[in-house]
Amino acid sequence: MALFDFIFYGFAALTVASAGVMVFSKNVVYSAVGLLFTFFGVAGIYVLLAADFVAIVQILIYVGGILVLLLFGVMLSQKVAGVELRTGTMNVVPAALVVLGVFVVLFRVITNSAWAVQAPTEFEPTTATLGTLLMTDYLIPFEIASVLLLGALIGAAFIARKN
Amino acid sequence: MMAIGLNHYLLLSAVLFCLGLFAVITKKNAVTVLMGIELILNAANINFIAFSRFSDTDFDGQIFAIFVIVTAAAAAAVALAIVLNLYERNKSINLDEADSLAG
Repeated sequence: MALFDFIFYGFAALTVASAGVMVFSKNVVYSAVGLLFTFFGVAGIYVLLAADFVAIVQILIYVGGILVLLLFGVMLSQKVAGVELRTGTMNVVPAALVVLGVFVVLFRVITNSAWAVQAPTEFEPTTATLGTLLMTDYLIPFEIASVLLLGALIGAAFIARKN
Repeated sequence: MMAIGLNHYLLLSAVLFCLGLFAVITKKNAVTVLMGIELILNAANINFIAFSRFSDTDFDGQIFAIFVIVTAAAAAAVALAIVLNLYERNKSINLDEADSLAG
């Protein structure tokens, strides 16, 4: 069990540290790189939670899709050669107070609640089960999600088009 | 040292959520605000999957997480289109300068 703990703390440290880089960096590109490692760390956490398919989806869609999209957004909307890649901050002190309050509330709720924890089962491949569920119990949400994606992508292309 | 349990995952997710919330509130750059929103969605996904692992509903949380990822992709595409339009209009994507509707 000790190796499992070690791996968990490793991934957790990677996730939190790179999320910290993302949040506290002044440079938007550094933020994007921080987010990249955060996504990898979260994918590792998913693997530790026996969610192998979701971990792969996380890497494919977040790292391969959303992060690339964000970087395109940075490059198309900034003067890359200049110093304009910096991002300013505002409301830092009130935001820190609010976030600290939220964290204290979350911490107390998490540590004081008596969660009805079941003993976790053995690790098993989840892909086949998830595929079956998506085609049976969750067929309607699956189809709605496909229409949503189609609509969102057509809409995004339409909005971003030059007039 | 305690064995890794549900609380560890929930605390990790709470830390990620708070970092994302801080980025959303404080950043001026619209793309960085979007990154903060993605952090918050990841925190929510960790919660979904952790609860699904430590309860007897085996796969509901994982299915939810997949749908959250799909919705996040759609949201990112639309939001970046809006950011590009904002840049066309204002020559800047700083959210505090997008105040043409302010009285």
